Amino acid sequence: MPYPEALKELIKKVEATRAVRVQRKKAGEELPFMSLEERAATLHFHPDIKDEGRREILVGPSKGYKIAHEYVDLLEAKPRVDPDKVDLTKADYETDVLVIGGGGAGTAAALLAQETGAKVIIATKLRHGDANTMMAEGGIQAASKPHKDSPYYHYLDVMGGGHFVNVPDLVEALVNEAPDVILWLERLGMNFSKYPDGRLKTMHGGGTSRKRMHFAADITGAEIMRTIRDEARNRSADIKVLEFSPAVELVLDDRGRCAGALLYNLETAEYFLVKAKAVVMATGGSGRLHVQQFMTTNHYGATFDGAVLAYRAGVPVCFLHTIQYHPTGVVFPEQAEGILITEKFRGIGANLVNIDGEQFVNEREPRDVEASAIIKECVAKGKGVPTPTGRFGVWLDSPMIDALLGEGTVEREFPGKFILYKRFGIDISKEPMLIYPTLHYQNGGLEYQPNGATRVPGLFVAGEVGGGVHGENRLMGNSLLDILVFGRLAGASAGRFAKEVDGPRKLSLDHVRKYVKELEAAGVGLDRMAPMLLPDYTLPDVKSRQLTAHYAGTLRS
Amino acid sequence: MSTAAMGEDRIPEVKSKLIPIYVMGKRYDVPDSLTIMKAMEYAGYKFIRGCGCRGGICGACGTVYRLQGDYHIRVGLACQTVVQPGMYLTQIPFYPANRAVFDYETTPAVPESVFKAYPELFRCVACNACTKVCPMDVPVMDYIAAIKRGDFEKATELSFDCIQCGLCATRCMGEMAQYHIAQMVRRLYGGKIAPRAGHLAEMVSNIKAGKYQPGIDELKKTDVATLKKLYMSKEAREIEPNMSEDDWTPANRAYL
Repeated sequence: MPYPEALKELIKKVEATRAVRVQRKKAGEELPFMSLEERAATLHFHPDIKDEGRREILVGPSKGYKIAHEYVDLLEAKPRVDPDKVDLTKADYETDVLVIGGGGAGTAAALLAQETGAKVIIATKLRHGDANTMMAEGGIQAASKPHKDSPYYHYLDVMGGGHFVNVPDLVEALVNEAPDVILWLERLGMNFSKYPDGRLKTMHGGGTSRKRMHFAADITGAEIMRTIRDEARNRSADIKVLEFSPAVELVLDDRGRCAGALLYNLETAEYFLVKAKAVVMATGGSGRLHVQQFMTTNHYGATFDGAVLAYRAGVPVCFLHTIQYHPTGVVFPEQAEGILITEKFRGIGANLVNIDGEQFVNEREPRDVEASAIIKECVAKGKGVPTPTGRFGVWLDSPMIDALLGEGTVEREFPGKFILYKRFGIDISKEPMLIYPTLHYQNGGLEYQPNGATRVPGLFVAGEVGGGVHGENRLMGNSLLDILVFGRLAGASAGRFAKEVDGPRKLSLDHVRKYVKELEAAGVGLDRMAPMLLPDYTLPDVKSRQLTAHYAGTLRS
Repeated sequence: MSTAAMGEDRIPEVKSKLIPIYVMGKRYDVPDSLTIMKAMEYAGYKFIRGCGCRGGICGACGTVYRLQGDYHIRVGLACQTVVQPGMYLTQIPFYPANRAVFDYETTPAVPESVFKAYPELFRCVACNACTKVCPMDVPVMDYIAAIKRGDFEKATELSFDCIQCGLCATRCMGEMAQYHIAQMVRRLYGGKIAPRAGHLAEMVSNIKAGKYQPGIDELKKTDVATLKKLYMSKEAREIEPNMSEDDWTPANRAYL
């Protein structure tokens, strides 16, 4: 729906200040970036700060760690399947490397594992490529321009964005491998946005000191995903993909080595056993848990599954006490609520503006600071713009971009969003967008080494399901980078591991039995089931009429 | 109805009118403000197929519909399209489409490679049904024509917004899967025809030669207080101006 009259009136205030803001921008006069002290003060408005939003987990390798209730609810939960019911003596599939998750990290891992000579199975919950990777719009960071940038500056930016607590070895791998990842993508036939002579176009993101965000229009993640997925399909002789088959449990062998997984066919409700010499966990994030009831930008399948499985098998979690709220999610029109508006709009020059048409924050602060500043403007200062659904947002002044860079820039650089809004009767090259922070990214996750290895031999981790590289806050453009850097490293490590070790011995689910005993001893989680697999959006009154339906957790079977 | 009930957020009550829609012919009354996807969930559907990113980019929820008393076939993504009264709809979550396996490394970026992999290209009768059915407004027939002409650059540009939902393939008289053909062409163009980034290859070889490693080692050893100072210092961490040109260089080139 187009903007109603009341909002159109308020847009006039944005228009009234636009010319001056455009002039300032052209003259290079920026609203100053915050000092570290100002950042800290602003972060008091971040949802992570709310103590009532979290509790200590009472079982497992990270017992005592205080994280969001929604995470604890799934970590403190019973398995979907009684281990006693599973016949571990015959495997339905055998392979060298099992990759759990068919997004960017999983697909990159599969490709690199295959290149070591391994036979690979990708098990994925939905379709191959249905993942947050596909939705990442803005870009991928890499210090690719020797005349002005190097991994040194990238390292500094990553640490600063992450509050200086990131795991240094992981950051080192991230920034050193970054240009090679871009080169790999270029060679695989990805179409980056380039100058006519082949130089890559780059721009700023929040918290970057150099313009090192590479992009493919505003569908960078989709272009990456479809390119590497296409390559995986070309290698179908070695890479088998099992769709609609999420993993529900890892399987170990009697030496405690990871030896495969139990999969669930979502359509036939059957369970299948995959025996593997090495496993890569690449299930992604958890936006669909709607932590603190936030709307989310995330994919339908982002439900924390891999973290649950690996945690039961003995891998600790870290940095999960912070969650990333993307500063700019759609808050109007209602149909598009939660949808991501890429940071590229701000990277290229659009201001954030309050109800009075005033710019209240530099638009390129790190994400947690930016999101907190928006929440502060709406909640504490009362300068938010009210929506017809009773919520608040602030303006992202996209028409500034055409004013700065020429008529047609918005439509050319942001074709996806331009079409989306056009369908609602809003021309974002002429009218600003109404936005509010939205649950976007799982900063933390499973503990892992730069080569993907975990405390469980044979189990490797890659991508959003892992934690440490981004510290307490990820910068824009480092998630697409993360999944490819660590997907490749984990895949290659898993492939080598599979080659070097003898095959799994006697398979076991004893770690699950042990975990259930822990739950019983602590008296928690026995009425809940995990992994979640799919979120539950069925209305209570529908459920009240489903008199003979059986729910196993959130799934109806 | 409240979208809070949809699990999406704590949105206060929104007064929406209920309207009839027909999911695979069966009537449900749903709030008129919802997308097809949320309306189906409102009606009690739980998606396994036909639902993906919920943000209009993954291509999982291609939907075909008609309006009462109208012979036109219309399309939309279920996650992006708002319901209308009297909408008769079905999702097409999967369509059996032919995809040719090709060895990317050894396949030359010439028209013949694509013609050989997809001879059905020449069964196109230019009916334009593919373009009409595309929910992303991609000019499908035009990019197929560009491929037949061997113009990979044009085909890449025209097909770039394709989300590979497969609706074009459902309507094709020539029985081709246009989106797979376009994918092959885009990769051949991007990797083998478009000019390469020289600075990128240079940076990769610099890193492999260990050029920046001493700097990284310093940072890894530095205590947090010093790291914070470096981070905030305008000399140590000079910020490239937002409106600068690509050839901008920093004053301090110590770690370049």
